Amino acid sequence: MSIINNINKVFDHRIRLGIMSILMVNEYADFNMLKELLGATDGNLASHTKALETAEYISVEKQFIGRKPNTRYSTTKLGELEFKKHIDALEKLINNQ
Amino acid sequence: MESKDYLKDLSEIKDLMNKSSRFISLSGLSGILAGVYAIIGATIAYWLVTTSQRGYLILDGKIFRICVFILLMVALFSIVTAIILTTRKAKKNGVKIWDATSKRLVVNFLIPLVVGGLYILIILGQEKYGQTGGLMLIFYGLALVNASKYSIGDIRYLGYIEIVLGLLGALYPGYGFWIWVLGFGVMHIVYGTWMHFKYDRH
Repeated sequence: MSIINNINKVFDHRIRLGIMSILMVNEYADFNMLKELLGATDGNLASHTKALETAEYISVEKQFIGRKPNTRYSTTKLGELEFKKHIDALEKLINNQ
Repeated sequence: MESKDYLKDLSEIKDLMNKSSRFISLSGLSGILAGVYAIIGATIAYWLVTTSQRGYLILDGKIFRICVFILLMVALFSIVTAIILTTRKAKKNGVKIWDATSKRLVVNFLIPLVVGGLYILIILGQEKYGQTGGLMLIFYGLALVNASKYSIGDIRYLGYIEIVLGLLGALYPGYGFWIWVLGFGVMHIVYGTWMHFKYDRH
């Protein structure tokens, strides 16, 4: 049962897993970089980043580069921890099959 | 969800982690050609020095200036070849040549390399010629190890080999030239060939 408990519902979506994967290995990523790598639409990506932000798994930093607004995302300590737990749970599930 | 989906999830995670942090479109062929240029350059330099009246190299001679010129040409040709072939491979893979990953790769590669280059110029100014070949290999090796985190991980091992060769070159300055040929010429050809067959041929 404990394995199932570690499967995190917040990550139970391709785009959210993708966002976390990218942020785990990069100090930060901006909206456009995520969009390009994940092939998601603006609205779709925004709703998923919002969900991860609400869970406090990622932090958002809004700034201006010149006159253009730029949104940067990075993982929180909690997000990293939960993501690792989730991956471990996935691996165990696969190995137990 | 089925376990097949989880497997797909995991492979997608791995793929995204690599794609977002590493620039992997380096061309193996450009490594082979860099090795060939190095050997051609070294052959010309060897011929020039051994057929000169002195038979060895000093800092303020005409032959020294020609050797530096050959060295710069080898570096220039290698860089241009690498840029052309890597751009071609990136296009084939459908990735941008100049993005966050390639910028990070170039910056991390250049830091040890530029420091090494300046240090070698300083050492040459103090007339310690014997160390040049070894130092070039050591700093080039460090640059490869540093860059490997942002590219194909395998170039780390080429870095280790260059560092060991560089230390040997520093220990036996008399063999500096031959160790340089081994490190920049032969090793590039061997490694480039291996990379070419491992990554470029699909």
